Amino acid sequence: MAALRQLWSTIADRHGLGVAVFIGVAVLFWVLVLIVLPQLAMFDVSLRHNLPRPEIGGPADVYTLKNYSYFLFGNGALNTLDIGVLVKTLIAAVIVTLLDIVICYPIAFILAHSATGVAARMMVIGLIVPFWINDILRAFAFRILFGATGVINGIGQALGLWSSPIDFIRADVALYAGLAYTYTLLMVFSIYNAVETLDRNQIEAARDMGASWWRVHWRVVLPVAKPGIASGATMVFMLTAGALAAPQILGGPSNLWFTQIIYQWFNDAGDWQRGSAYATILLVVCLAFVFLMMRVFKVSIGAIGR
Amino acid sequence: MNTRDVVLEHVSIRFGNYRAVENAHLSIRGGEFFSFLGPSGCGKTTLLRCISGFVQPSEGRVLIGGKDMRNVGPNKRPTALIFQNLALFPLLSVAENIAFPLEVRGVGRKERRKRADELLEMIALPGTGDKKVHELSGGQRQRVAIARALAAEPDILLLDEPLSALDLKLRQHMRTELRAIQQRVGLTFIYITHDQGEALTMSDQVAVMNAGVVEQVGDPQTIYNRPKTPFVASFVGETNAIPGAVMNQQGALVTLDTALGPLTGQSAGGRDYQAGERCTLFVRPEQLALADAPPATNAIAARRVNEEFEGSIRTLFLNANGVDLRLYRMNADASGPALAADGTASIWFRPEHATVLPADPSRSG
Repeated sequence: MAALRQLWSTIADRHGLGVAVFIGVAVLFWVLVLIVLPQLAMFDVSLRHNLPRPEIGGPADVYTLKNYSYFLFGNGALNTLDIGVLVKTLIAAVIVTLLDIVICYPIAFILAHSATGVAARMMVIGLIVPFWINDILRAFAFRILFGATGVINGIGQALGLWSSPIDFIRADVALYAGLAYTYTLLMVFSIYNAVETLDRNQIEAARDMGASWWRVHWRVVLPVAKPGIASGATMVFMLTAGALAAPQILGGPSNLWFTQIIYQWFNDAGDWQRGSAYATILLVVCLAFVFLMMRVFKVSIGAIGR
Repeated sequence: MNTRDVVLEHVSIRFGNYRAVENAHLSIRGGEFFSFLGPSGCGKTTLLRCISGFVQPSEGRVLIGGKDMRNVGPNKRPTALIFQNLALFPLLSVAENIAFPLEVRGVGRKERRKRADELLEMIALPGTGDKKVHELSGGQRQRVAIARALAAEPDILLLDEPLSALDLKLRQHMRTELRAIQQRVGLTFIYITHDQGEALTMSDQVAVMNAGVVEQVGDPQTIYNRPKTPFVASFVGETNAIPGAVMNQQGALVTLDTALGPLTGQSAGGRDYQAGERCTLFVRPEQLALADAPPATNAIAARRVNEEFEGSIRTLFLNANGVDLRLYRMNADASGPALAADGTASIWFRPEHATVLPADPSRSG
């Protein structure tokens, strides 16, 4: 609280009261109206029965945990279907996140320490351009790319690498590729931000003392990159686990993403209460998973905000 | 051939069209304290990076212990480089920093810690092994960087202006300490600096560099007293430059016709001059002296312009027929010859204390 008051007086002194009031109102609006209130409303809805309109506010409109218990037990036995989808979603999000770390770490390192001038700018533009194309279009483009008669199958068969078309869609290759590709930029910039602060001389010093490239990265670069990797991984994981369009379009026919179940409760079943409960479950499980990972890898929350 | 010898054979280094180092050709004996002295941008750091393996020579060869170092990476050379900003690892403890070269070689954890503690003992920082680097003072970090470099057990220690970030007192203290460490461990030290005081006090040999070219290699006394080029004469220490034309030469002594009258100095490197050749006579401020009676040679009539008190010495700023001169007087000399009341003085110098060099730098050497 003292820190907040300190911040307030610093801004007011340096930029004037008007700016301080604007910042205060904007931050308050952001935190309260856009983050806290909707989640609370969602949480409140998730604890209620799905009643016909006239009964809302009536004697039957009481709090209940049945939407949550439905996720766990369904209509009796353990709800293996929904729990299974959640677990599969989380595993898929972890795989996409790991893919992005592996792809983006070298790119971010090169961008921060080797690329200069035109080459660096071209790399950055190359990373940003995909964001000019909208989500749905991008997903369909990947569908075409990985389809049975798509470019990849075409090239693979023409080179004689495989004889009959591979079903990349059913194997979820298209989905993983599409999601990993979509969030590359977030991961690259997060790692870049962290790695860029590393003094080049430290890399050279380690080299000079006989370290192999592998050890230079393990002992000198990775510890500096860690907060960046953590913040990138958090974003990619959260966004992947919460993605809807990509799994809808690129997912195999037998594969359901947890967000799709939430969507079905809201939209197809018209049961906002249960949908809210499922959305809350996804949020809580994802947050718990992220905090657990941060514990395991010894990253503090402050390091992510840097 | 000693494994600690370093030989540069006609080394040139270019970056595109830019010539960073031009035909450096010299040898450094094992166990020597060798300094490269020059202004910033003269190519000395590039040359050091070339010896450590981060830069490849465009022409010529680098030999360490008689072995050609071409295609030998920095991690495979028997050199250890101490960076200008030290490049200690901020996320590792002091002991881990020092033991890093041992970790690289796969030395066990216990043994590493033992060796780190020994080195901390040597640099007079016992018990600081578990501290983080940022908890140490500038001078302590300096010593940790040296210990880390020594832990690699190199044959050659390369130092890139490691003292430049320290304050004056600490810098002077570290000079003595560096020299002492060098003599104790007996390694070849190759030291880069733009500070002539550092180069002269610590080194066995000094190479003075200017614009990518090594202008002179010699021991500090020779560099200071017998400069071979106008650049060396004016970069190393303070000096007075008096332009003139050659009148005659008798053995090593050359007499110039200058605005101050005929002045005689030593021919640099014993070279022969032609009558009428444009030359410059360099004489150090401490070699100029006030005269009681008008001396037989090199007498200059000068007028006092200003005076500065600098503690142990007093600097007189004089002007003689349009040429500015600088003269140092020890403060203990207060009883010696003094300026006349009107500020005029007769000053002189010994011919063997002055150096005559061609004015055209391309004809020097």
